[in-house]
Amino acid sequence: MEILLLITLFVVAVFLGVEMITKVPPTLHTPLMSGSNAISGISLVGALLSAGSGAGIWVNVLGFIAVVLATINVVGGYMVTNRMLAMFKRK
Amino acid sequence: MSMTIIYLAYLVAASLFILGIKGLTKPRTAVRGNQLSALGMFIAVVVTLFDQNILSYEWIIAGVLLGGAIGAVMATKIQVTSMPQMVAMLNGFGGGASLFIALANFLDPSSATHTVALISIAATVIIGAVTLSGSFVAFAKLQELISGNPIKVPGNKILNGILLISAIGLGIAIVLDPSNINLIYALVAVSLVLGLLLVVPIGGADMPVVIALLNSYSGIAAATTGFITGNTVLIVSGSLVGASGIILTQIMCKAMNRSLFNVLFGVMAEGGDTVDADEVYAGKVTSSSPEEVAMLLETAERVVIVPGYGLAMAQAQHAVRELASVMEARGTEVLYAIHPVAGRMPGHMNVLLAEAEVPYEQLIEMDEINPQFEQTDVAIVIGANDVTNPMAREDKGSPIYGMPILNVDKAKTVVVVKRSLSPGFAGLPNPLFALDNSLMLFGDGKKAIVELTQSLKEAD
Repeated sequence: MEILLLITLFVVAVFLGVEMITKVPPTLHTPLMSGSNAISGISLVGALLSAGSGAGIWVNVLGFIAVVLATINVVGGYMVTNRMLAMFKRK
Repeated sequence: MSMTIIYLAYLVAASLFILGIKGLTKPRTAVRGNQLSALGMFIAVVVTLFDQNILSYEWIIAGVLLGGAIGAVMATKIQVTSMPQMVAMLNGFGGGASLFIALANFLDPSSATHTVALISIAATVIIGAVTLSGSFVAFAKLQELISGNPIKVPGNKILNGILLISAIGLGIAIVLDPSNINLIYALVAVSLVLGLLLVVPIGGADMPVVIALLNSYSGIAAATTGFITGNTVLIVSGSLVGASGIILTQIMCKAMNRSLFNVLFGVMAEGGDTVDADEVYAGKVTSSSPEEVAMLLETAERVVIVPGYGLAMAQAQHAVRELASVMEARGTEVLYAIHPVAGRMPGHMNVLLAEAEVPYEQLIEMDEINPQFEQTDVAIVIGANDVTNPMAREDKGSPIYGMPILNVDKAKTVVVVKRSLSPGFAGLPNPLFALDNSLMLFGDGKKAIVELTQSLKEAD
């Protein structure tokens, strides 16, 4: 049953994602991409759970690598998006 | 902290992501949208730290500090012209993170127990590894570490098909026999090679599509990661990014009149009868000089600048802005016509020109500028080719027929700044260059524009 709920969640979120991105002015395509890319860094949550788990050193090491990559994704993504939007804003 | 509170916080985070993406689709709300989304990320990460399954924090602290420092340095140091590389790399890291989480969960005896988790692990490994290696090829092409031209791999389609089928086969084998650890290594290897071969044949001009697509993949990888442990925030946010990425990819494909399938498999449109370039250009191309063009610009009332891929390559955006200032000082109206795929990633040209402090109101979208070319005295095409080719409008047999183009040929005079008469990525000659109202200004984009500006200044 639980898996069905998760699949429901997945499908509804896909439709939501499709519906949201209909008319985006081209000016915002690049920031939108880097901004949504930062959101995909949410895998950091999964990485934290592996890096901090008590399941052995290898799980922690793999989790650590995942934390590093995901954090670069999150921090880099939000900061660079902000930088670009600031360039548009000063007009 | 109880699981209920954690999951409620995840719900708040997911809602903030939705509001964030929504905000990013409108200029007025974009900054706020990005902040809301960052707040959502902060909440999701902080509550996860209170999860009772986390027993130690050494690896976490080390990883966050290291990743945070690298991410911050990258985001502040990167040149705006290199933005596509940056996004390509971030996509790769996102996919890589999902790949390593899947591997960690596979090794964790308490995690990879039931079939759903194993299927999700296999799927995450495939998508994550393809995103990782594919993004690095895209990065290498954009950074010009390897040739940006399409690289032909013999039997590409068959090879990719075999790799994909092997990956799925290995995935099934892993689900059936999770104790055999060699299978997952093989899956990682096959998927990495698949990602490599998918992007290698794709040419530099198709990069906007590839980056949009890899962005979507990194989201889907995060979503499948969520299925491993039943993590709701991963599933919702990952699928949001995955879906919005696909839509953006479609917008790009439409703007280039290419099907997603063809871009993915590196298929170029087959030109029925090859148009002979010599026949198109023979004796009809008029070459010009900066001085001559400057004289035209002196009397022009309305000038439209058409920037393309080549302008980004020559990093000529500041030089163009300078030219525009000189013209405006003389009372000429200057506008920029922006094709949807101008630059090296979706919307890249807008960002490049914004960095050069071109006023936002002067950037005009294709549909709006096209009817205005007839009232334009001079159209200056810099580093754009296929998106101005009238064959897309007139020649039904042409491979690019139907592609939306900028109707620069309707302007009174067209000045094309270009190194040579070499074709664009579609490999076609451009009859625009041979029109009676066309002048070719041969040379490096930046240098030509600087000389032109100089000549115009001296005219006073």
